[in-house]
Amino acid sequence: MGGRRYIPIIVATLLIVAGQPVLWAIARPYYMTQITMSAYYALVVIGLCLLMGYAGQVSLGHAGFFAIGGYTSAVLTTCNLLARQNEVPITCFRSLGLLVERQDLYGQAMLCFSPWAAFVAALLLTAGIAFLIGLPVIRLKGHYLAMATLGFGLIIYRIVLGAPVFGQADGISNVPPFELFAGLEVNGRPPYRVQNYYIAWAAVLAAMLLAINLVHSRVGRALRSIHQNEEAAHSLGVNTFQYKLSTFVLSAVFAAVGGALLTHYNGSIGPSEVTVMKSVRYVSIVAVGGMANLWGALVMAIALNVLSLRGNFGTYDDAVFGMILIVIMLFAPQGLLRMPNLRWISTWFSRRSYG
Amino acid sequence: MKARSMGVCGVLVAGLILGLAGCEKKSEAPPIKVGAIFSVTGPASFLGAPEEKTAKMLCEKINQSGGIDGRKIELIVKDSGGKSENAVSLAKQLIDEDKVLAIIGPSTSGETMAIKNICQEGKTILISCAAAETIVNPVASYVFKTPQKDSDAAKCIFKAMKQKGISKVGVITSNDGFGMAGKAQIDKLAPDEGITVVISETYDKQEADLTGVLTKLKGQNVQAVINWSIVPAQALVAKNMKQIALNVPLYQSHGFGNIKYVQAGGEAANGTVFPCGRLLVADSLANDHPQKALLVKYKEDYEGKFNEDVSTFGGHAYDAILILAEAMKKAGSTDRDKVRDALENLTGFVGTAGIFNFSAQDHGGLTIDAFEMLTVKDGKFAVYKN
Amino acid sequence: MNSAQIIQYCLSGITVGSIYAIVAIGFNIIYNTTGIINFAQGEFLIVGAMMAVSLTKVVPLPVAIGLAVVITTVLGGLVEVVFIRRVRDASVLRLIVITIGVSILIREAMLHIWDEKVRSLPYFTGTDVSTISVMGAHISPQVLWVLGVSAVIVTGLTLFFRFTLIGRAMRACADDRMAARLCGINDRWMVTLSFMLSAGIGAIAGCVISPVTQTQYDMGAPLAIKGFTVAILGGLGNSIAAIAAGLILGLLEVLMMSQFQAAYKEAVSIVVLLLILVFRPSGLFARRDLSSLRAF
Repeated sequence: MGGRRYIPIIVATLLIVAGQPVLWAIARPYYMTQITMSAYYALVVIGLCLLMGYAGQVSLGHAGFFAIGGYTSAVLTTCNLLARQNEVPITCFRSLGLLVERQDLYGQAMLCFSPWAAFVAALLLTAGIAFLIGLPVIRLKGHYLAMATLGFGLIIYRIVLGAPVFGQADGISNVPPFELFAGLEVNGRPPYRVQNYYIAWAAVLAAMLLAINLVHSRVGRALRSIHQNEEAAHSLGVNTFQYKLSTFVLSAVFAAVGGALLTHYNGSIGPSEVTVMKSVRYVSIVAVGGMANLWGALVMAIALNVLSLRGNFGTYDDAVFGMILIVIMLFAPQGLLRMPNLRWISTWFSRRSYG
Repeated sequence: MKARSMGVCGVLVAGLILGLAGCEKKSEAPPIKVGAIFSVTGPASFLGAPEEKTAKMLCEKINQSGGIDGRKIELIVKDSGGKSENAVSLAKQLIDEDKVLAIIGPSTSGETMAIKNICQEGKTILISCAAAETIVNPVASYVFKTPQKDSDAAKCIFKAMKQKGISKVGVITSNDGFGMAGKAQIDKLAPDEGITVVISETYDKQEADLTGVLTKLKGQNVQAVINWSIVPAQALVAKNMKQIALNVPLYQSHGFGNIKYVQAGGEAANGTVFPCGRLLVADSLANDHPQKALLVKYKEDYEGKFNEDVSTFGGHAYDAILILAEAMKKAGSTDRDKVRDALENLTGFVGTAGIFNFSAQDHGGLTIDAFEMLTVKDGKFAVYKN
Repeated sequence: MNSAQIIQYCLSGITVGSIYAIVAIGFNIIYNTTGIINFAQGEFLIVGAMMAVSLTKVVPLPVAIGLAVVITTVLGGLVEVVFIRRVRDASVLRLIVITIGVSILIREAMLHIWDEKVRSLPYFTGTDVSTISVMGAHISPQVLWVLGVSAVIVTGLTLFFRFTLIGRAMRACADDRMAARLCGINDRWMVTLSFMLSAGIGAIAGCVISPVTQTQYDMGAPLAIKGFTVAILGGLGNSIAAIAAGLILGLLEVLMMSQFQAAYKEAVSIVVLLLILVFRPSGLFARRDLSSLRAF
């Protein structure tokens, strides 16, 4: 029984691997660029799906966590410490191997934190902030939770826009590539396209694996019970607050991973990643995927983001997402894949993933 | 039945004719692909929308008059919505897939900075419509820009101030890329010019009211206010200054170059002084002014076609395409490197923003002469005479 | 800081505060009857103002505003009938998401109908530069219009909800919809009516503030966020408290701005929002013992 839930993961892996030659065959290898970017956004969506679909808590501020991850990485890997290299904390960091020297595209020497150090710092910072914000906010319900998370997102937006260290309206550019290990790099240049396609998908599949296991564990059952009837769950001895809070923190960390990696991939990040509209987009993708449907959310995250990033929606980019929200919530609150005509897809998947 | 078969025949014949016509067209030279990324929607749509309209209009005109060396320009316009991540994706698309010769835009400096390195590494010419000096400093060999220099605008303002004996100013800027870049230049240049900035504040694009911020300026007894902004909220500055009786001269940046802002400011906008390209006062230029013919043509074309007032923002896109077209003609080819070299060596080229003289060190091409000090008189732009 | 300056700051605070307050009132009406927070409220304001601006080209200003209000009222009713009615008993999450979707759609529709340019209505009295002088400080007469109109709306609403049959029926629906239905109240139409009412009031608000704030297609959301903050600060559903809360928030913002960088002014109101949500979700003026009875 237990092993069957991994079948979709294996199928997905095969599809991803098959995707590459298919794209070559139809002479569209460059679609991989947008698929890679979308995969990083999918990380946010997977986290949000756990939070919204399984724990039943809405968040209109997830773009904020994405930005904390992305901006922390960007700031640490682009701040030039060369002028202060003899000061005590800097020499300490250096001896710990946290700093790297490099040259930027215009030949300027830079001394910055290594991407690995920045990445770890970004995740720790995000987890810390999510915990601190979650402590009071996750006790709220309904409209109040929605408003509070929206407010959190707005504060991050204001900080990013107001603080010179975050580049204000211009954001941060010249973010270096992220050398992972063994020659693998998160790098947006064309020669790295194929490699990055697999790096991004590996991150997504790892997140999916974690999420699926979580959903099928004791935690997942507790979360579902909270979603259906929080009082009942509470009276049965489920520590509802703790479960909700840890899901909140986990989903924030997922978002931060996406943010940090995408920032290295794009080489830049700007305040447009932190707008309310961006958070609403993530919510709409989870909704169209079917709230408590990780695979649905993943498929929709890739499909919609690829279309949006390729500019296929033209000047109707935001309108499309508004329309999706309304149509899905009115006619198919269980998500697109659970609509009667398309149900066969989801039953095929759910037979396996819930097994 | 009969009518129907007649119809079918008609369609077939028409199809055949069209098909033949299509075959004939194929013998023409393939079009030159040029990409454009503008924020037609989103928070910077007041920049992107006129730029898009202008770019499409100009390419149409060029094609109607035979294109470049007999080849038509195919302009591929993409809407970034003002989002830098979308600009990154669209730039990669234009470079890798469409293999465009050059990219016009983006509209904002943040987006331009996000794709500067991508264009440089992809060896694709980028002619930005954003003003910030970081775009061309450090110089990236493939990256150019058409708006005037912020530092020159600041110098013009300071010069006008010194003539009036003003030395103590309050600065307010919008919190977008344009305002930021201006603020940086003011802070950098003011000490050299003998001007003291006693207070510097920023405001949001969607500010409902600015009397609070202006009260803060008033409290510092400033002799003049510099408002450096490109967003619509700047029309509030003039109004609110009058409302709280902050009766000192108001200096604006070249971001004020849109008659809409004057209309929105109403009576209060009268007397505002700002440096700007000559587009807004095209009609009152001397007939022998080198820019006159071009400016009047652009103004008439744009206003005739879209039934709205021309703005300097659209002019930046106009210049970008004109410059590119000229460089292609000069290079006599559409090889990216040759066009780039031609562009870099373009001198004395008349555009809407001024006279462009590019060089290997200067990818902005404009000098302080591109600016004219303008003022608002009876709700209209006029040349400022001290 | 001299006294004239302090008064000037206060007047600035009142200017923005009155704008926030008039936006907040619309939220309360829908919340009162349905328990929904309508995220599209900000868009009603902008639609109203945009309509009025377009109509002033053909008819005089008061008529233009009147027509704009009527049109927006109908739009509000349509939104309810088309989108909200179908999902009446849905979860809060679903309703939030739907109203967000509606707000995005209206905003994007406005972009394509009107375009991205800024417009504004003329000042109701005086011109752009006329001011009223108060002890050495100055304020635009339009602010008095905003305050006056807010007062009229609040008084009107209070009378309407207290003394008219329809008003009482709407309140009954809010308290217990099932019981109201058993008493023969057509609860569906009451909900529709509340959407129409709040859209209409939103349109009035949009028109009154337009000369001060100007109107652009995407201004709805930021105004709405200030509106929510004020509505929650005053206690959801309480329009009189909303006016007080609006002025408090306006003054607080100006106070913060006078002491710190204006760039972080926006963050102030959001911090206030978070604090009130966490520590006093029933609002500043609510009685603690009563508020514990309500479900949040």
